[in-house]
Amino acid sequence: MKEPDVIEGMEVVYRKPQTLTATPMHYCPGCSHGVVHKILMEVVDEMGIQDKTVGVAPVGCSVFAYDYMNVDMQEAAHGRASAVATGIRRVLPDTYVFAYQGDGDLAAIGTGETVHTVNRGENILMVFINNGIYGMTGGQMAPTSLLGMKTSTSPYGREAAVNGYPLRITELLAQLPGAYYVTRQSVHTTAAVRKCKKAIEASFRYQTEKRGTCFIEVVANCPSGWKMTPNEANDWLEKNMFPYYPIGDIKAPKQ
Amino acid sequence: MIRGTIVVDTQICKGCELCITACPQDCLELSPGLNQKGYRYAQLKNDTCTGCVNCAIVCPDCAITVYRQAKKPRSVAVTA
Ligand SMILES: Cc1ncc(C[n+]2csc(CCOP(=O)(O)OP(=O)(O)O)c2C)c(N)n1
Ligand code: SF4
Ligand code: SF4
Ligand code: SF4
Repeated sequence: MKEPDVIEGMEVVYRKPQTLTATPMHYCPGCSHGVVHKILMEVVDEMGIQDKTVGVAPVGCSVFAYDYMNVDMQEAAHGRASAVATGIRRVLPDTYVFAYQGDGDLAAIGTGETVHTVNRGENILMVFINNGIYGMTGGQMAPTSLLGMKTSTSPYGREAAVNGYPLRITELLAQLPGAYYVTRQSVHTTAAVRKCKKAIEASFRYQTEKRGTCFIEVVANCPSGWKMTPNEANDWLEKNMFPYYPIGDIKAPKQ
Repeated sequence: MIRGTIVVDTQICKGCELCITACPQDCLELSPGLNQKGYRYAQLKNDTCTGCVNCAIVCPDCAITVYRQAKKPRSVAVTA
C-alpha cells in the first residue's frame, strides 16, 4: 500500500484503508460498488478483524471483488454466494463471513438460496447491491427494475402486466424468523455513506452473538446502465428509487 | 478556521465528479488535462479546503487522501 505524502504541519485525517488492495477498481466512474467495497473494508480495518473475515464474491459487475478486498475471499457461482457463505461460516464458526451480491444475482437467479439462507438464520452478513438493473451484462431488466424504467430488455419501460412488479425482496426476507437485522441504506451522499457504514459495523458485531442473518440492502446507482452521469444517477436514485425502496431499518434487534 | 488540504491520486481518479458535489467549500474542479486512463481528474481550485473529508467519503475509488492542520504544527509521520 502506497504511503501518503507527508505534508509539513498537516496530519492525515482520511486515507484508503489497508484492507483494500492497491489494485485499481474496474468499475465505471461514480459506481456505488466502489463506495460499498470501501466502507465494508474500513469496518474490517477499524474492528481489527482482517484475518478473521471471509467474503464471498458474486457474478455481476462485482465479480472481481476478491481482487480489491484484502481479506480471504471465495468466488461463488451466479446467485449462490449466500449458500457458499453458509458453508464457510458453518465450518469456521468464529469467522466473520459476508456475501456481497447484486440484484440480478441475489434476487433473480439466486432467489432460492437467498430465501433459504435467511430462513435458516445463518450467522452471516448479506450485502445486497440494488441498482435496479443487470449492470455487467449490458443493462437488462432486473426483478428490481422500477415500473416504467427503460432497460435494454424493456426499451419502452417495465410494464406490470408483462413483467410483474419490482421485487421488494428485503421486506420479504424481513418476515422470516431467521432474519435478525434487516436494513436498507444508500451511499449517494456523505451522510448516507456514514449511516451505511454504521449498519455494516452493527452487522459484524451481531455476528458474534449468533442470533441470525444480517441483511443490508444498498440502494445503488448504475450510471452506465441508467445512461446518466454519476451525479444525475444519484439524483435519479433519490427521486425514483427511494419512494419504492424507502431507506431505514426494516427489522432491528431490540436493544 | 481549520485549514486542510487534499491529495488526489490522479491516475486512480475517474473524474466522476461526486467529490465536487460533496464538497461544502466548493473547492474542487476537474483538471483541464487527462490522466493515463483518459479521464479528467479532481483537483483543488482554491485554498478554502477545511479537511472535512466529505469528498473522500463519497469517492468510489479511494483516490483522495485528506490532511488537516496538526494540533501542534509539526511534520507528522503517518501510521497505518
Ligand atoms: C448461470 C449464469 N447465468 C447468467 C449469467 C450472465 N450474467 C452475468 S452477470 C448477470 C447479472 C448481473 O446483475 P447484478 O447481479 O444486478 O449485478 P450488477 O452487475 O448490476 O452489479 C448475469 C445475468 C451468468 N454469468 N451465469
Ligand atoms: S455497469 Fe453499472 S454496476 Fe457495473 S460498474 Fe458500471 S456503473 Fe457499476
Ligand atoms: S476535505 Fe472537505 S473542504 Fe476539502 S476538498 Fe474535500 S470536501 Fe472540500
Ligand atoms: S470522487 Fe474520486 S474518482 Fe470521482 S472525481 Fe472525485 S477523486 Fe476522482
